[in-house]
Amino acid sequence: MYKISTSPHINSKETTHKIMRDVIVALSPAIMAALIMFGFKALLVLVTSVCACLIFEYFMSKSLGLGNTASDLSAVVTGILLALNLPATMPLWMVIIGAFMAIGVAKMAFGGIGKNIFNPALVGRVFLFISFPVQMTTWVKPHVLDFFNVDATTSATPLNVLKHITENDIFSPEYMNLFLGNIGGSMGETSALAILLGLFWLLKEKIISWHIPVYYIGSFLLCMLITQLITGNVRFDVLSHLLSGGLLLGAVFMATDYTTSPMTKNGKIIFAIGCGILTYVIRVFGAYPEGVSFAILIMNAFVPLIDKYNIQYVYGTRRK
Amino acid sequence: MKTKTFALGGIHLNKHKISARIGIEELDLPDVVYIPVKQHIGAPAKIVVKSGDKVKVGTLLAEADGKVSARVVSSISGEVCKIEEINNGQGYLETVITIKREGDEFEDNMDMSDKIISEISDNRDELLEAIKNAGIVGMGGAGFPTPIKSEIPEGKKADTLIINGIECEPYLTADCRLMEEKSEQIVIGARILNKILGIQNAIIAIDENKRRSIARLRHITKEYVGVNVQPCKSIYPQGGEKQLINAITGREVPSGKLPIDVNCVVQNVATVYAVYEAVQKHIPLFRRVLTVSGNIDWNPCNYLVRIGTPISFILEKNKIQMDKVGKVLIGGPMMGQAISSLDAPVTKTTSGITVFSEQTSRKPETTACIRCGKCVDSCPMGLMPLNIRQAVENNDLNEMKKLHIQDCILCGCCSYICPAKIPLLDYCKIGKYELTKQSKKA
Repeated sequence: MYKISTSPHINSKETTHKIMRDVIVALSPAIMAALIMFGFKALLVLVTSVCACLIFEYFMSKSLGLGNTASDLSAVVTGILLALNLPATMPLWMVIIGAFMAIGVAKMAFGGIGKNIFNPALVGRVFLFISFPVQMTTWVKPHVLDFFNVDATTSATPLNVLKHITENDIFSPEYMNLFLGNIGGSMGETSALAILLGLFWLLKEKIISWHIPVYYIGSFLLCMLITQLITGNVRFDVLSHLLSGGLLLGAVFMATDYTTSPMTKNGKIIFAIGCGILTYVIRVFGAYPEGVSFAILIMNAFVPLIDKYNIQYVYGTRRK
Repeated sequence: MKTKTFALGGIHLNKHKISARIGIEELDLPDVVYIPVKQHIGAPAKIVVKSGDKVKVGTLLAEADGKVSARVVSSISGEVCKIEEINNGQGYLETVITIKREGDEFEDNMDMSDKIISEISDNRDELLEAIKNAGIVGMGGAGFPTPIKSEIPEGKKADTLIINGIECEPYLTADCRLMEEKSEQIVIGARILNKILGIQNAIIAIDENKRRSIARLRHITKEYVGVNVQPCKSIYPQGGEKQLINAITGREVPSGKLPIDVNCVVQNVATVYAVYEAVQKHIPLFRRVLTVSGNIDWNPCNYLVRIGTPISFILEKNKIQMDKVGKVLIGGPMMGQAISSLDAPVTKTTSGITVFSEQTSRKPETTACIRCGKCVDSCPMGLMPLNIRQAVENNDLNEMKKLHIQDCILCGCCSYICPAKIPLLDYCKIGKYELTKQSKKA
């Protein structure tokens, strides 16, 4: 008697675990950049966030009868993304609260991996942002390669500068520092170079398609460019807006989250353009200097609707 | 020439074509064959022999019953011992004619010489009659009677004949070998079908990796008008009928329609070779080439096998260590059927036997869907397998219809690619079955 099963009899080597591992590899340049810029404090925040996420995931998945989903590494990804979205000076107990909001409320309460509507890491971040605005906006100047430097010089983020700049100020953008990440900001947001390296890996390993990052950033930049051309105001400097804030991190790692983004190519494009326009609206007209988290979370809520009306084109249904 | 491919989805597979360079070998004759009366789509053939009858190779055993049916001939010479029902290894009982072998005698009119006859008769009805008499069916797997495909229904016309030499299933190399060793016969077979269809446009589609077959066929087609070679991109399921039509002509077969509705006829290379033998050499379909391969340590082969040969006989001849075997498949690993017993015979549609070791025979454990969308991206029909799964779990027949579940070609791309190892194809199969059941009730 031989084994009987339905076809296909072979499976790809792809597993959830492997995908998450690739995402972690893609995040490693950003982690390195954060450690180089912000040193020991960044490491503490990162480790706390990842451990807290893993512990919450382990106990909650067990108690909800979902088996042990902590071993699929998705909680590690959430932990890393949450940490990269926080300033390095964040008190650690707040980080743990953020991790609870991310894993406990945004993910497990909805049914665990694959069932959540909102991106867990962003829910954690936004919760902390609203609850602890002071700690969440205390940005320190990076001290490159000075690992144990605890001297925290606060500084404004480039977006804050842009938000409050007036016609009379002298505007001198430091594109190179923005690109490398030698500026104030969240741990993982500052270095555009590190995020682009991660994007390269994700695309190479076919973890994500190029649609969401390109359409998100593209639509945002287009809106900014038009505004800048019409007003001529340095507040809308396109390159500064591209390289600063959470735009790159959000477009590459947050908006592309499988569970909270649409299934089809067209759906992804609609979703990404929505994110781009909302980010633009919040940055230009909103009260906050940064709008990426809110934009993605708002568009997350539209994903079921987008999926409902964006059915894939089915072979042989073209009208003659 | 540029390679062509289909528009939607598809996946890249490890080909494992380990037997691609091993020549076709004629297998020893078994002492007993079990010849099923239904090896095709349609009505089972009507048995015209009784136990005790003496038969030769090529003797008619069962006559086509109605239009959608095909006749069955004997594949060995000897005595009909009984007509019985056996387990076909796939969970069904099947009526077979059991023949005990005595010697190896052929019917007198069969021309078993190696001489290639390229002159084709101009009498269209005569050609069609020869195909009917030989009992030829689609040998790629579906088993649709070839004469029906070749007779164009009224009000429709054909402009392209596609010869399917893609063989996109991993491990299988029977068609590949056939194209390399019997190239000229296949080209003549294509010319015969051209004549029957009244067209001058046959395209032999081959996987771009089969360079030697492409070179050989190109060389030969120079001398034959109306037959051309088209390399296609090496991607699964390039050999699916609907995908191949899309790749070659850019057309799409409308949902629920046949290739002829977009003026195409698709025939597998093995079928075309059988057409050549039937028309030019009066040899009915009593044998076929199949690949015996797999992932256990042994010698993979391409055998020329008599129809009705038990699979156990083939594996014995191949000296496989049976204790290491976990799963035996009829066909390739993507669409093949796992069989429980090795008594099952080779039929007209058996293109290969794939044997998997114990370790690779287990289904992986299923985890939660992470909505990655890989199933949607890979579906060559543009369906959404994860939504289909939802609809089937809810037993929502209307939703299943809306999701075009009936258009699923069962290629298995979705199940293969799924990182959560969800058996998405099983849901499609269940859904199709439920819909068919409902439409039968109505």
